[in-house]
Amino acid sequence: MAETTNVDEMTLNPTAIEGFSEEGESLSELNAGTEQLGLKKHSHGNAPVIPEASRGERLKSYDLADFAPLTGQEEDWRFTPLKRLRGLHTDPLTGTAPTVTVTGASNVRTETVERTDSRIGSAAIPEDRVAAAAWAAVATATVLTIPAETIADSEVLVDVSGSDSAASAQHLVIHAGRFSKAVVVLDHHGKATLAQNVEINVEDGAELTVVSVQQWDDDAVHVSSQQARIGRNARYKHVVVTLGGDLVRLTPSSVFTGPGAEVEMYGLYFADAGQHLEQRLLVDHAVPNCKSRVTYKGALQGKDAHTVWVGDVLIRKAAEGTDTYETNRNLLLTDGARSDSVPNLEIETGLIEGAGHASATGRFDDEHLFYLMARGIPERTARRLVVRGFLNEVIQQIGVPSLEERLSEAVEQELAAGNL
Amino acid sequence: MSTLEIKDLHVSIDTEQGNKPILKGVSLTINTGEIHAIMGPNGSGKSTLASTIAGHPRYTVNSGSITLDGEDVLTMSVDERARAGLFLAMQYPVEVPGVTMTNFLRTAKTALDGEAPSLRHWTKDVKAAMGQLRIDADFAQRNVNEGFSGGEKKRVEILQLELFHPKFAILDETDSGLDVDALKVVSEGVNREHSKGAMGTLLITHYTRILRYIKPDHVHVFVDGRIAEQGGAELADRLEEEGYDRFMVTETAAVQA
Repeated sequence: MAETTNVDEMTLNPTAIEGFSEEGESLSELNAGTEQLGLKKHSHGNAPVIPEASRGERLKSYDLADFAPLTGQEEDWRFTPLKRLRGLHTDPLTGTAPTVTVTGASNVRTETVERTDSRIGSAAIPEDRVAAAAWAAVATATVLTIPAETIADSEVLVDVSGSDSAASAQHLVIHAGRFSKAVVVLDHHGKATLAQNVEINVEDGAELTVVSVQQWDDDAVHVSSQQARIGRNARYKHVVVTLGGDLVRLTPSSVFTGPGAEVEMYGLYFADAGQHLEQRLLVDHAVPNCKSRVTYKGALQGKDAHTVWVGDVLIRKAAEGTDTYETNRNLLLTDGARSDSVPNLEIETGLIEGAGHASATGRFDDEHLFYLMARGIPERTARRLVVRGFLNEVIQQIGVPSLEERLSEAVEQELAAGNL
Repeated sequence: MSTLEIKDLHVSIDTEQGNKPILKGVSLTINTGEIHAIMGPNGSGKSTLASTIAGHPRYTVNSGSITLDGEDVLTMSVDERARAGLFLAMQYPVEVPGVTMTNFLRTAKTALDGEAPSLRHWTKDVKAAMGQLRIDADFAQRNVNEGFSGGEKKRVEILQLELFHPKFAILDETDSGLDVDALKVVSEGVNREHSKGAMGTLLITHYTRILRYIKPDHVHVFVDGRIAEQGGAELADRLEEEGYDRFMVTETAAVQA
């Protein structure tokens, strides 16, 4: 892909901020926001940002009151157009949440539990105001349990179907018992204004794949925190595919709690005119000898298509022997689209196997097109060949053939809609 | 028999300093079965001629014509030119991430022929052609040119030449960056395709080295966007001994006069 522009923090902030380094936001106190709340319309990229000394120090709380009302100047909200959240960050979340229907594997247990159930809060603590609001608002949760030493006899399909546009909250728990093995697909579609918490508990030696597909209606708003706790020697794969919705903001995280575990996190997003698709990841290497790989790929087409990818990787002092690499690539198919890409790596120990990241955002490359056309391939076919190839790398990670086929088809439709 | 005819071609490119003429009146006729070598110093316009024939958008044709069996090539899009039978083996083949060689070759073949090749024969043909060019079988599953060495990229260009059977092949410095072994392998590939008798070849090169393996019928020397001299294979031998200095001196003298 054309790596003509390498978007990072520095190039996104033409008004260079003192104390800003490529390694992250080590903001000097000069840049603490001095604007009075509400007086300045926040503009992405150069608004003063409230500093955070380390990603590991971000406030976590089950109590909504601990989170100040959002202004858009917070580091983790600075790219999000708050006025398009349709009240998820301000209003009571009293709308009807999308209906959850679980099918597939016969040896996986599905329960609807009261919020007092001990499994709620077993893997996650809200890290932002919307997640905390959703936590406070739900009365019940859906809990999926893959019992210990059980291999799910087929995929677990969790259909999340929305029909109400009023702001609502939802809570899901996926509990993969010790040495279990399963693939769980969260399939989001329909109408929604949804604040969602998905807790994922991957116990020792378990092997779990969670796929979260966002194919919402055009006007849907979805803010989802998908936090996973990864036990000793566990394998966890998380795949997000976001195609539909007006504003989709996902915050997937993986926290290692025992040594020897491996995490792969993949993402594919395709933003059309006006869509805001945001993903903010955290991989928290808190224990030794774990491995993580993050690969997110995005395509954008049309005016004001906006994607955001922020990938935080934290290697704590105790996490010796860590091996991590994260990459984000974006392909701008037309003028008028914008992609922000910010990889952050914080390393507190030098005794690691490896740590790296890469980010590239480029336009469709005329030389690719010339090469393919010089072999007789018509322009339209050539463009599709390149985009399909670019995004396929993520789709083929899902491992559920029928879903892979459906999503490939959906990508084709996106390309057709964009006249590519 | 086919004829590729270039008449009084004037080509320029846009640079930051403004429009810059590169080709200043080139005329050349190539017939099926002929091998023409175009030689010349760097910057003489050899590669511009190759890219212009293929239709690279960077080059503007200001006057003159290119025709293939009487059909106007200049009004064709890049892909139409390829489908008309023109093939450019590129000097710097680009990497196309996410597109496997297998998929690319089949898509191109389908576009060129107007129908998908019979799967069984096609797979066999690709395998055989790769074997002859000593390209590892695993290249088929790799992305187009991605991570290939310079020599591997050139072999893959010739692989396409052998699979697509063009009417005219334009080889743009295919020899540059090749070691002796790779040069032999690549030259054999060109000769194999040429010997079928259905192709005309325009071989663009800076050095005479490749002409030891691919014997030209005609040699044209490019200097400053024009053909300064032409002759048979013996002209290449003379260039090998004398280099391009003779032409450069003339040019300098002309400027001074």
